[in-house]
Amino acid sequence: MTTYFGSRKSRLFRPRSAQALFTDNDVTDQKLFEQRRRFITAGGAISLAAYFPHLALANVGKFSDKFANLKKTYSLDDEPSTYEDITSYNNFYELGYSKTDPKENADALQIDPWSVEISGECDKPGTYTLEDIITPHDFEERIYRFRCVEAWSMVIPWTGFPLADLLKRFEPNSKARYVSFETLYDESRPLPGQKRNVLEWPYREGLRMDEAMHPLTFMVTGLYGKTLPNQNGAPLRLIVPWKYGFKSIKSIVKIHFTETQPDTSWNLSAPREYGFYSNVNPQVNHPRWSQRKERVIGQLFKKDTLMFNGYEQDVAALYADMDLSKSY
Amino acid sequence: MLIAGVFRGELGANPVETLTHETGQWGLRFLLITLSITPLRRLFRWNRLFSYRRMFGLFCFFYIFLHFLIYLVFDHYFDLRSIIEDIIERPYITVGFSGFVLLIPLAITSFNAIQRKMGRTWTKLHRLVYLIAILGVIHFWWLVKADILEPLIYGMILTLLLAIRFYYYRKRKAR
Repeated sequence: MTTYFGSRKSRLFRPRSAQALFTDNDVTDQKLFEQRRRFITAGGAISLAAYFPHLALANVGKFSDKFANLKKTYSLDDEPSTYEDITSYNNFYELGYSKTDPKENADALQIDPWSVEISGECDKPGTYTLEDIITPHDFEERIYRFRCVEAWSMVIPWTGFPLADLLKRFEPNSKARYVSFETLYDESRPLPGQKRNVLEWPYREGLRMDEAMHPLTFMVTGLYGKTLPNQNGAPLRLIVPWKYGFKSIKSIVKIHFTETQPDTSWNLSAPREYGFYSNVNPQVNHPRWSQRKERVIGQLFKKDTLMFNGYEQDVAALYADMDLSKSY
Repeated sequence: MLIAGVFRGELGANPVETLTHETGQWGLRFLLITLSITPLRRLFRWNRLFSYRRMFGLFCFFYIFLHFLIYLVFDHYFDLRSIIEDIIERPYITVGFSGFVLLIPLAITSFNAIQRKMGRTWTKLHRLVYLIAILGVIHFWWLVKADILEPLIYGMILTLLLAIRFYYYRKRKAR
């Protein structure tokens, strides 16, 4: 296992055009994680799956063309977490409360058929099928840091498209100052974890419009170049990399444009502990534990947490005139 | 058992968390087992259990010591300042650390020779185990995010064990 002591400054992501060279990408899978391989890929759009054919054999489902034509738009120097770890260590309470329950109960989530209800302050509300939602968009691959509020983190190669591109299609009007999201909840057929109210179901999250339209905010459909597994929030989830992981809502069924700040599940559950913004911030501790360090999954020793999870250059401006210790 | 798990990679994606959690759980379980011996004797006259009480108590200490060691090494890498910070600022760690510290004199005085020398004081010292158990349950309760079911169950078992003792205590006093 890789270990290091103290902090390690990881360089920020660099946007890459489709023709850019792809260097320093250490991708290790479970059997190979002792080895490091350096890839240099030139030209065009190449999917990670091309280098790991055994991963590509897995089902990419309805959108296989899109997965086959991934553009790599963001990368990191950090070593990505293994597919095994990413898909077996999840907080997805709808499927159970331990980290391993979501994978074990993954089959409880029915993702076909799937539709998303768009409503609120916009000109094109309605119920859109998953195909309606996804078809107009090309898929990109972005390698993002993911930081849980519990002080562990991963580096994950997500597949998806910018949330901004999706939201623009629904034509939000000038009253839309926030956008809220909901996860699946069918009271007549609750998922295993929804049988107890550890949280108020359905799971809800929300963003300010400028956060939602930010270029980093990503609507995710896949992982490591293949379809998102159920335990990771299939078939459609959000990733907001500069915020704690619970803001990155999974298995989305509703998107709602609103004038007022929406309720969010963890804030409802413990308002002193989980705020609306929940930006990764080593200077603002959780009331019960410190946020100064995090355990990178796959490494033994903790590393220092970065302001805005290392995306400070990209997002600090959104919060320039806010007191982040109050707006946590 | 756990050590084999490390080498076989069976501890999951976050082995430090698994190790910390498991050692803590077993420490708490052995503590509750230890506390159940006298109630079982009183209720069912299982006197043979008594000779195992010290063993279970020491198992408890062993697991809690490991629990603390893992925290010391893998959460803080022996950084004394950050450990002290944690103990002062994080209530669940204050409580957990206090429980551990209080357990030390109990472990040290576990031996027959010392027990004989201490006489009645030994009994008084070892009554700290009630406080330690309460601190242990609170430590668990305060670190859980949303699902309080497990700490709640331990809490209920502890309450039951203490209640049984209290009942016999009142009976003795009434005589």
